[in-house]
Amino acid sequence: MSSFTLDGQTVTFDAGQTIMQAALAAGIYIPRLCYHPDLKPHGSCKLCTVKVNGRQASSCTYQAQDGLVVESNTSELNDERRALLQMLFVEGNHFCPSCEASGNCQLQATAYELQMMTPHYDHFYPDRPLDASHPDYLLDFNRCILCSLCIRASRDVDGKNVFALSGRGINTHLIVNAASGQLADTGFSGDDKAAHVCPVGVILKKRSGFRVPIGKRSYDIRSIGDLAEPGES
Amino acid sequence: MPDTAVLDIAYLDAIVERHGRDANNLLQILVEAQERYGYLPPAVVDALAARLAIPRVKIEGVAEFYSFLHLQPHGTYRVLFSDNITDHMLGSGALMKQLCHELWVEPGKLSEDGLVSVNATSCTGMCDQAPAMLVNGLPIANLSAPRVENIAELIRKRVPLADWPAEYFRIENHIRRKDVLLNSAFQPGSALAALLARGGAQTLDEIKLSRLRGRGGAGFSTAAKWEACRAAAGEQHYVVCNADEGEPGTFKDRVLLTSYAEMMIEGMTLCAHIIGARQGFIYLRGEYRYLLDHLQQVLQRCREQNLLGQDILGSAGFDFDITIHLGAGAYICGEESALIESLEGKRGTPRNRPPFPVTHGYLNQPTVVNNVETFAAASLIALNGGAWYADIGTPASSGTKLLSVSGDCESPGIYEYPFGVTVEQVLADCGASHTQAVQISGAAGKCIAPAEFGRRIAFEDIPTAGAFMVFDQRRDMFEVARNFVHFFAHESCGFCTPCRVGTSLLKNMMDKLAHGHGSPYDLTEIEQLDQLLLSMSHCGLGHSACNPVLDTIAKFRPAYDRRLAHREYVPAFNLDRALTQARQMTGRNDAGAHLGEYE
Repeated sequence: MSSFTLDGQTVTFDAGQTIMQAALAAGIYIPRLCYHPDLKPHGSCKLCTVKVNGRQASSCTYQAQDGLVVESNTSELNDERRALLQMLFVEGNHFCPSCEASGNCQLQATAYELQMMTPHYDHFYPDRPLDASHPDYLLDFNRCILCSLCIRASRDVDGKNVFALSGRGINTHLIVNAASGQLADTGFSGDDKAAHVCPVGVILKKRSGFRVPIGKRSYDIRSIGDLAEPGES
Repeated sequence: MPDTAVLDIAYLDAIVERHGRDANNLLQILVEAQERYGYLPPAVVDALAARLAIPRVKIEGVAEFYSFLHLQPHGTYRVLFSDNITDHMLGSGALMKQLCHELWVEPGKLSEDGLVSVNATSCTGMCDQAPAMLVNGLPIANLSAPRVENIAELIRKRVPLADWPAEYFRIENHIRRKDVLLNSAFQPGSALAALLARGGAQTLDEIKLSRLRGRGGAGFSTAAKWEACRAAAGEQHYVVCNADEGEPGTFKDRVLLTSYAEMMIEGMTLCAHIIGARQGFIYLRGEYRYLLDHLQQVLQRCREQNLLGQDILGSAGFDFDITIHLGAGAYICGEESALIESLEGKRGTPRNRPPFPVTHGYLNQPTVVNNVETFAAASLIALNGGAWYADIGTPASSGTKLLSVSGDCESPGIYEYPFGVTVEQVLADCGASHTQAVQISGAAGKCIAPAEFGRRIAFEDIPTAGAFMVFDQRRDMFEVARNFVHFFAHESCGFCTPCRVGTSLLKNMMDKLAHGHGSPYDLTEIEQLDQLLLSMSHCGLGHSACNPVLDTIAKFRPAYDRRLAHREYVPAFNLDRALTQARQMTGRNDAGAHLGEYE
């Protein structure tokens, strides 16, 4: 069987697997935000950047090959990942104490995992109005990290194209498929895959907030680095 | 203002039909629709979603990616000042203020009567005749205060663009030095005749022998690229000419497209023969929209002479034709995989590579993407042979290179040199004096100080896509770097975290220094951020966004030290400055309307 080394540990893989997939199968955590095992990888958050034979690459899109030497859990890479997390925190408006996703949020959990102590950079404080038009779901764009998981889930799994990225550069933002720009006027439904893949607190189910108290949520109980996919709720 | 009731849907239908109802042509359809309607109203988006069977969210996402497309009204007259540092050095900032003042508009906002909007745009490729602007997509160069005053008057009087003085729209070639490429008295058909006489495989051998390397800056071996594409399996092969000349300070492709288009087209055609392509594209940057009719005529002439079309020059089965695709204001589309995404009517986001375009390019088929100058050089090699070409230049960099010289010199324009020419020689030839620095290969390139003027333009020393911007001792190299940093922040595609956020953070940090809030702490921050951009970004844009800053910090440190007004960290946020708007609204500027210590 083919294998590569990840931080010195031998990892076997099946043909066609990416480094991320092989690492997950072997129970090794590589930080990530825009990756979801059920969706086509994208490689945009860059949290999963590893060194492959000395060169940086996104592990979620890089095909595993026999004999590769991969480094992931190094202080150099973790320093850079921490800076990326800080960028994501200042780019949007993230107020963890009042966020319904707190404790289930992968951005927050990854920041804990990588010991991010402060946002470090100056905040952008973007103006991102909420969309509460849908009877069952709320969109709080303030927390969007542009991972595009909802876009891929809606397009590739639900066959609906409810979401897309618009704008460019720092003005990139999530939009929904309606002339009104409102979620209520799209074909979105709570049964969609897209309703359950947001790694942060953008897509929220109404009337269920704080049903699980803070302190008892996914990443309150175990760290994101203890492998197992977060619950879909 | 068009709405559903008055929208000329028949016209839109004609556009859609002309593009084969193909969603791959979405960008082209949007560009043409906007030319008709002035912007892309919701009715157009809805109509296109229905006709192309794609979600409207995709159309909006594409439209908002490109600077030149608008989902909201942008005025009958849409004025964009070229924002390159060379434009600024010749006074574009003051001219833009003047125009805004005369028209009573704020930059970036539509006038209340909906008549006009004035804004800045990335380098329009007119640096040798700067300052320049685009009005409804058409370039006007050599701007001056009187010219801007006239333009304001023409806009106020609502004079149609067609009735503006013709000399405003005259664009000069400014060819200052010719070598083998610009001197060749190229006869249309001659390179293809040589190809057919020699044979495709043998012509590829000549290209190999010539050691031609890509002129877009990266310098990849042209023969190796063509050979890999020729060998790649696919239903179709494609040839793409990258005429998305967006690197600030570069304008040599504009001149080639204007006066040497046949040579470039023949280069594409012989590439098509070699790799087995039947379809080619010229991806023409939106700023060069004014060259579209001219290029269409050249293509038509080629078809009439059987240099394009079926059985080219009577060679059975040699079929090839070329379609022009327009860009719409996105520098990132000069990156070949982003260009291909754009050709497919999508947002211009660079792809994950590998696979590379030679195996998985346009519509995932094997595709060669080369620069305008590379294709022109290929024609020359087909005509004169690879050995002849390899003798020119240096061993690692054969042939000649077109430089776009601009900035502080007497004769800005196009200079063609054999590779290996020194920076010093170019400076002497263009009449530069008291030169402080040269920015080579644009914002993404290298900043060279006088101690390095003996270095050579060549892939093995200073590689370049062609930009050569000269700065004399009057110039503030911090401001040069800050201009480039703003450029990258504006042009970042937004796909990956480090570049999307990092280029804007860098811009804010450079602005902080410019506003007098800098301390040594900020300089350390800037350097760390640059390192992060370099190591974590998805593509070359993020990697090179830090170049201008790192180079100027290393070589022109005093320009930065001057900005470090504080020894200890101070925040970028200034409470008194934050009250500016309140003072403006209340019409106050007395001491009571200010906080403590203000200048």
